[in-house]
Amino acid sequence: MITYLYAVGRDLELPDDGSRGIDGGELRLVDEAGLQAVVSDVEREAFEDLDEHREDLTWLAAVARAHHGVVAAVGRDHAVAPLSLATVYLDDDRVRAVLRESREAFTAVLDRVEGRDEWGVKAYVRPGAGKAAATDRPTSGAAYLRARREALRAGDAAVAAAEREADEVDAALAALAVETRRHPPQDRSLTGRAEQMVLNGAYLVERAGADDLRALVEKLASEGSLDLELTGPWVPYSFAGGAT
Amino acid sequence: MTVEHRPTSLFGDREVALVDLLDRLLAGGVVLSGDVTISLAGVDLVRISLRALITSIAPADPGPGDPAPTVTVPSERVAE
Repeated sequence: MITYLYAVGRDLELPDDGSRGIDGGELRLVDEAGLQAVVSDVEREAFEDLDEHREDLTWLAAVARAHHGVVAAVGRDHAVAPLSLATVYLDDDRVRAVLRESREAFTAVLDRVEGRDEWGVKAYVRPGAGKAAATDRPTSGAAYLRARREALRAGDAAVAAAEREADEVDAALAALAVETRRHPPQDRSLTGRAEQMVLNGAYLVERAGADDLRALVEKLASEGSLDLELTGPWVPYSFAGGAT
Repeated sequence: MTVEHRPTSLFGDREVALVDLLDRLLAGGVVLSGDVTISLAGVDLVRISLRALITSIAPADPGPGDPAPTVTVPSERVAE
């Protein structure tokens, strides 16, 4: 067995809701240098052969769900620095060494996210935007191609306009946020939506500002021409980078 | 109203879209070099989701004369 590391915090407690880790592993705290790491034992083989697993969606999904379940449960009442997916050590002593070595980096992350939550805002081109006005039935191949080219141009222009508006939405949300990060827009094959995504933003917001954020998203959606989707609150995954 | 809000705060909330979670777990979190070196960065979700979709509808390379292929359906899709 090896030690899987989920998250690090200060004055952490294990969740009392019966949460378990990957493959149902029992959660433990590893305490060192004023920090606690939430860990569980995992089978070594599963993580050594990751080249086989890294493109296995079922495996990836199971690990991601279990990882998130632990991090979200621990993060409900405490500031946590979540680890990147699949961070594993040979044993708990190695985790203690890492807590000592990276103490400053963890402290910096915890200071940054304390009392704050991550929110996600995605924006989609609204269905029907940019569709060329209905034209007469083409009377020739050349007319058809011309109409098709115009429709494509109109579509491109609609996407360009949507991307400009997405930048404005991002800027408006950034005014309420302590930090922001833009993830790449998700592909249609992943969202299951026909409409193109033009914004996939993450916003680190003071907990007291959550209502203001919700209100702003509703205002931006009702006044603008994009469909917005709000997710959250998230444990601040997108703002925990930077430590080494 | 065109705002859709999906809360993520409840433990075990299945409403959290896997794709949103993987955005964060593959590109976020504290990055440490573990003892077992694993790099999930750069995993191409579009490609693997496409492959999962294909294996769910196509038999996996049945040899001639093999019994009827079993169709495997991934227990979880990215866009759930």
